[in-house]
Amino acid sequence: MSHLLEVKNLDVKFDTDEGRITAVENISLSVDQGEVLGIVGESGSGKSVTAKSIMKLNPGNTSYNEDAEIILDNENILQFTSKQDLKKIRGGKVSMIFQEPMASFAPAIKIGAQMVEQLVIHKNINKDEAKSISINMLKRVGIADAEKRFNQYAFELSGGMRQRAMIAMALSTMPKLLLADEPTTALDVTIQAQVINLIKDIIKEYQMGVIFITHDLGVIAQVADHVAVMYLGSVVEKGPVNEILKNPKHPYTKGLLQALPDINNLDAPLSPIPGNIPSPLDRPTGCVFRTRCPHHNPEGKDGKIEMKLIEVEPGHWVDQCGIQCGQNG
Amino acid sequence: MGDNLISVNNVSVNFDYQENFISKKQKIHAVNNINIKIKKGSFFGLVGESGSGKTTLGRAILGANKISSGNVIFHDDERDYDLTNMNKQDLKEYRKKAQLIFQDPYAALSPRMTVRDIIAEPLEVMKITNSRQETDERVRDIAAKCRLNIEHLRRFPHAFSGGQRQRISIARALVSNPKFIVADESVAALDVSIQADILNLLKQLQSELNLTYLFISHDLSVVAHVCDVVAVMYLGHIVEMGPSRELFKNPKHSYTKALLSSIPSIDPEKRSEAIELKGEIPSALNPPPGCVFRTRCPNPGIDCKGGEITMGLTEVEPGHWVDQCCVL
Ligand SMILES: Nc1ncnc2c1ncn2[C@@H]1O[C@H](COP(=O)(O)OP(=O)(O)OP(=O)(O)O)[C@@H](O)[C@H]1O
Ligand SMILES: Nc1ncnc2c1ncn2[C@@H]1O[C@H](COP(=O)(O)OP(=O)(O)O)[C@@H](O)[C@H]1O
Ligand code: SF4
Ligand code: SF4
Ligand SMILES: [Mg+2]
Ligand SMILES: [Mg+2]
Repeated sequence: MSHLLEVKNLDVKFDTDEGRITAVENISLSVDQGEVLGIVGESGSGKSVTAKSIMKLNPGNTSYNEDAEIILDNENILQFTSKQDLKKIRGGKVSMIFQEPMASFAPAIKIGAQMVEQLVIHKNINKDEAKSISINMLKRVGIADAEKRFNQYAFELSGGMRQRAMIAMALSTMPKLLLADEPTTALDVTIQAQVINLIKDIIKEYQMGVIFITHDLGVIAQVADHVAVMYLGSVVEKGPVNEILKNPKHPYTKGLLQALPDINNLDAPLSPIPGNIPSPLDRPTGCVFRTRCPHHNPEGKDGKIEMKLIEVEPGHWVDQCGIQCGQNG
Repeated sequence: MGDNLISVNNVSVNFDYQENFISKKQKIHAVNNINIKIKKGSFFGLVGESGSGKTTLGRAILGANKISSGNVIFHDDERDYDLTNMNKQDLKEYRKKAQLIFQDPYAALSPRMTVRDIIAEPLEVMKITNSRQETDERVRDIAAKCRLNIEHLRRFPHAFSGGQRQRISIARALVSNPKFIVADESVAALDVSIQADILNLLKQLQSELNLTYLFISHDLSVVAHVCDVVAVMYLGHIVEMGPSRELFKNPKHSYTKALLSSIPSIDPEKRSEAIELKGEIPSALNPPPGCVFRTRCPNPGIDCKGGEITMGLTEVEPGHWVDQCCVL
C-alpha cells in the first residue's frame, strides 16, 4: 500500500546575501493514515522548513533539487504550480497548526468568520453549513460556549483556548494530513497535557496522518508512533518511537537523551552536547555531526564517508557514519 | 537568622487595574501572603504555571517591585537590609548584592555594545571600579569563569549562539560580585543540550563564588535536577514547599500532584497518566475564596475545606510545608 505522504531525497536551499544555505539535505520520510510521525531536533535543524515544504509555504528564495519528490495522495506536490493545484494542499488535504496561534488568525476578523470563509473556499458549501460545521468543531475541541466564541476575536481568548480554536479551524476542513509545528511548546504543562490528549483523540477519530514537530522528547514519547531525529538539515536516525528512545544508535540521539533532565532519574548528571551547532553556511562535509561528536575521530571516516541511512533493526534506520564510527568509539 | 540569606515575611503584591477610565478600579492579587526563607548557599526553586506570580515575587525580592504588605529582609554578613525600608545608600548597596539573570538571551543584550562593554556596564553604572584597568581585569576574570574567551570580548552579541549569549548575561549579572541571584526562566529559551551546559555552569559558579539562587522555572524536571528546596506557586499562593527530592517523591497538595503527573514522560510505554485538570487558571482579578485551586481540583478530599478555609502553609514533615486546606 502506498503511503499517505512520502518525502523522497528532499534538499531545501535558500539564497541569501551571505550565500546559499542548505537548510535540509537529502531527507526521506513517510507518513501513513492514522499515524503520527514526530520530528525532533534542536533549533535550526530544519524541522519547520521540512513542514513548510510540504505546504509549499517556503519563501521565494527557496530552491528544491530536481530529483526530490513530495508525494501526497499519489501526486507530487513539488510539481504543483497553478493556484488550483495549490488549493488542493493548503486548507484542502493539508492543514498546519503552529506554536503561536495568533499566526493562524487574522487579528481583526472574528474566529467564526475565518473558519467559515476557509470552509466556503475549500469545500464548496454554503455559509450556514460552514457555520454549523465550525461550531461543532469548536465544541469537539472542548471549547465551552462555542456559539459565543465563534463571534469573538482570537485575542479575546486565553492561550489554551486559542490553541484549541486553531486546532478546530485546522481540522474543520477534514485534512488528510495535519502538520503540527511545536503546537504545545508555549503552553503550561497542565494545558499541554489537555491539548496532547485532544490531538490524540482527534487523530484516532478522523484517521488522519500527522507530522508532529517538537524539540521536547517527552512530548514525542507521548504522541508519536515513529520519530525522525534531525540535525543540521539531515535526518540522522528514524524509526518506531520505542526503538529510538530506548535503543538509540546515533551519537546525536544519545546526546539529546543524556542532556535531558529526567524527573524519574535525578541522580543522572546532565551531560551537554559539547560545542555549538555550526552555521548552515559552513555545514561540515561528511558526517554533519562530527564537529560536536564525542566519538569524533579525525583518523576515522566521519569527514570522508557519505551520509546515508541504513536499516539496523526492522524499521529502525541510522546514519551509516553514526554506526561505523560510533561503535568503534 | 544565621543560616538564612533572605526572609520573605507575609509578602503580598497587588497591582491596580482599570479596564478603561470609566470602569471601576480593581486589584490584581499577583502575590499573596508569601513566607519563605532562603538559606545561604541554597538553590531555591520557584515553580508554577504562567501568571502564578513567580516573576512578581522574584522582582519583589530584588526590590524591583513595590511590596504592598509584609517585608523582605536580606541578611548580609554585617547587617540586615529591610527592603520595604531602605534609603538611597542602602538601595545602591543592595543592587550590588542582588542581581537578575534574564530569560531571553536575545532581547537582554544591547546589539550595539561589545561583549566587554555589556559585562562592564554594571561596574561602571554602580561605580564599583576605579580605573579602566581594574574594570578590564574584573571583566576578564568573570568572563573566564563563565567560559567565554578573551577574543569573545571584542565582538558584538549577534555573533553568538543562544548558549553563549546566556553566558554573557550570566557574566554581566555576576561581575558586581553579588551574593544573591534571581534566575527567571534563564534556560527556558534554550535547546536541551545548551540548557544542560548552562545549568552545570550555574551549579559550578554557585560553589566557586558562594552564591545563593532563586531559580524561577515552569519546568519541573529542570527544577528537580538543580534545586535543593522548591516552592510551588498557584494563583499568587505558595501551595507546597519543601526539600526538592522529598517534594517530588512525596507530593501532598492536589495541585503539585497534578503538575507532576502532567510532565510528559520520556517513556513511550507510560502514556497519558496525567491527572487532567479542567479549564485554566482563574483570573488574579477575582481569585476564588478559600482554596484558590478548588475550581480545577480533580480530587477534592472527603474532608476538603476548599471553600471555607483560609490559605496558609502548615508543616507536615520537617521542612515540608503544605497548604492547610489540602491537609486539614
Ligand atoms: N506590572 C503589572 N501590572 C499589572 N498586572 C501585573 C503586572 N505584573 C504582573 N501582573 C499580573 O500579576 C500576575 C502574576 O504575574 P507574573 O508575571 O509574576 O507571573 P509569572 O508566574 O511570572 O508568569 P509567567 O511565567 O508567564 O512569566 C498576573 O496575573 C499578571 O498579569
Ligand atoms: N527564508 C529563509 N531564508 C534563509 N534561511 C532560512 C530561511 N528559513 C529558514 N532558514 C534557515 O534554515 C535552517 C532551518 O530552519 P528551521 O527549519 O526554521 O529550524 P527549526 O528546526 O527550528 O524549525 C536554519 O538555519 C534557518 O536559519
Ligand atoms: S561519523 Fe564520526 S562524528 Fe559522525 S556521528 Fe559517527 S562517530 Fe560521530
Ligand atoms: S483544599 Fe480541597 S480543593 Fe483545594 S486543593 Fe486541596 S483537595 Fe483540592
Ligand atoms: Mg521551527
Ligand atoms: Mg515570569
